[in-house]
Amino acid sequence: MSEQPLINVANVNLFYSDFQALKDINLSIAENEITAFIGPSGCGKTTLLKCFNRMTDLVEGCKVNGTITIDGQDVFDKSVDVNLLRKDVGMVFQKPNPFPMSIYDNIAFGPRTHGIRKRKDLDPIVTQSLQRAGIWNEVKNNLFKSALSVSGGQQQRICIARALAVEPKILLMDEPTSALDPISTGVIEELCQELKEQFTIVIVTHNMQQAARISDKTAFFLLGEMLEFGETQKVFSKPENEKCERYITGKFG
Amino acid sequence: MIRPFYRFIRAREKLMKVLFLLSSVFAVLALLVIFLFLMMRGIPSIANIGFFRFVFGTRWSVSDPNNQSFGILPMIVGSIYVTALATLIGVTIGLFTAVFLYKFCPKKIAKGVRQLINLLAGIPSVVYGLFGVMVIVPFLRNNVSSNGMGHGVLAASIILAIMILPTIVSITLDALHAAPEHYYEGALALGASKERAVFGVMLPSAKSGVFAAVVLAVGRAIGETMAVIMVIGGSPEMPNGSLFQSIRTLTANIALGAMEATGSILDAMIATGVILFVFTLFINVGFNLIKNKKKKPNKKKKPDKEEEATDEVG
Ligand SMILES: Nc1ncnc2c1ncn2[C@@H]1O[C@H](COP(=O)(O)OP(=O)(O)O)[C@@H](O)[C@H]1O
Ligand SMILES: [Mg+2]
Repeated sequence: MSEQPLINVANVNLFYSDFQALKDINLSIAENEITAFIGPSGCGKTTLLKCFNRMTDLVEGCKVNGTITIDGQDVFDKSVDVNLLRKDVGMVFQKPNPFPMSIYDNIAFGPRTHGIRKRKDLDPIVTQSLQRAGIWNEVKNNLFKSALSVSGGQQQRICIARALAVEPKILLMDEPTSALDPISTGVIEELCQELKEQFTIVIVTHNMQQAARISDKTAFFLLGEMLEFGETQKVFSKPENEKCERYITGKFG
Repeated sequence: MIRPFYRFIRAREKLMKVLFLLSSVFAVLALLVIFLFLMMRGIPSIANIGFFRFVFGTRWSVSDPNNQSFGILPMIVGSIYVTALATLIGVTIGLFTAVFLYKFCPKKIAKGVRQLINLLAGIPSVVYGLFGVMVIVPFLRNNVSSNGMGHGVLAASIILAIMILPTIVSITLDALHAAPEHYYEGALALGASKERAVFGVMLPSAKSGVFAAVVLAVGRAIGETMAVIMVIGGSPEMPNGSLFQSIRTLTANIALGAMEATGSILDAMIATGVILFVFTLFINVGFNLIKNKKKKPNKKKKPDKEEEATDEVG
């Protein structure tokens, strides 16, 4: 299966009622790669991201056609258990959104949801997830403090740990650092590089340098269309699309 | 020099001020008079009967002037019993209703149902009593009761549960809507079902609102009189645990006696009123404590935290 991409998007059109937010999107994402989605606000980056774990289901009047397959399975197929899909495709939101409970309970929420209840089984998951998210040392003495009592950057890493705790294959990150200070941003960027060994990451970012620094592939969107997709290095050095070039060089957007 | 017109405006302003003052004085005065009346008539009466014999006495008997006994423990226990049962039923149904309206039914229907439930709050309690007498009591007697009685603890609790439902549903629903939607999305994104997300994350984030709803409901239930009298049976007996026993609450005791009672019996009614007043006072104070407590962490919040990083409600 190695030559088959992990995520394959084919001819996807998405409508919010009458408004078409995605227009004939085609792209494929390989395992253990970081793919960055860039483009001006409102061009559909978040929307495409939310298709991968079907968070679009929550939006009334949202219709999708075309196919998105993950591991060969069409995610919009009726037989797909959306809860299992979301277990495989984790998501980190733009605004850190830890639950108003202890750090421990935040991390344990996912595993508990999927049937792991015993303390002795949960403890190692919590520890390992926090370690993977690079925040273990900062919170190990305060596991039972409210997750809302730590800084924004720490909250975001707790959210990453929370997503990792259910062992996803794919991690979707929607501008995960846009609400954070530069130091927290740097920490999370480094983290992405480490997580790439075990996960496939799709990251939406407004920050060109961030996309250039951490991603393997970059997709550029404009008004619901994907105008450019390829190796990050190539997209940033010689983009084929003229609008993409102007966006990257800061001439608009 | 002040022209007459401005003099008039000034005079009117002064008059309004006096009017506002008088109005607020009236409210405070009413409270004060009720309080003083209760205390001045009630406390000597309690002292007369003897505090312990009154509060812990288990026999209430006033009809035979030579053999009177003023023990209200059965009514205290009765009030607590009926209120607890009503709260249990009402809160359970109310929570599920609120959760259903929150995420499990189309928004339009939720709006309609909510308005219907709010209508429940406007029905006079005597109508609830009638409904109880004519529907609940016969139903219980014919289908549920083990002793042929339809009146009693369960009938009163069911009626009260219905009466507190609007409070529970609307406050809980407001609290759920006030809890940040991104908690809900976060839970779903981890693969949680709707139920799991609501019961595992949203309801806990709304818990101070739910708690407030429960306290208000308890206050309403313990003070309700008319509907209770009509279905509870009214015997001044110590509750023995049976759901179909005819018992009496503090409110029922006052209302049943106060119409015709005179002299020492009337004093005992007023004394019952004092005890009821103390109960509701505790509930009110409890409610305010909860309200203030849930606000505190908000104020202590450090400035570097996200503004929405809080589980407060309202
Ligand atoms: N729930 C929604 N209902 C209707 N329109 C939406 C909804 N979410 C997003 N849109 C619209 O879809 C377009 C793409 O939005 P989005 O994917 O959030 O953009 P981006 O993440 O690139 O800033 C925007 O024009 C936005 O207004
Ligand atoms: Mg977005």
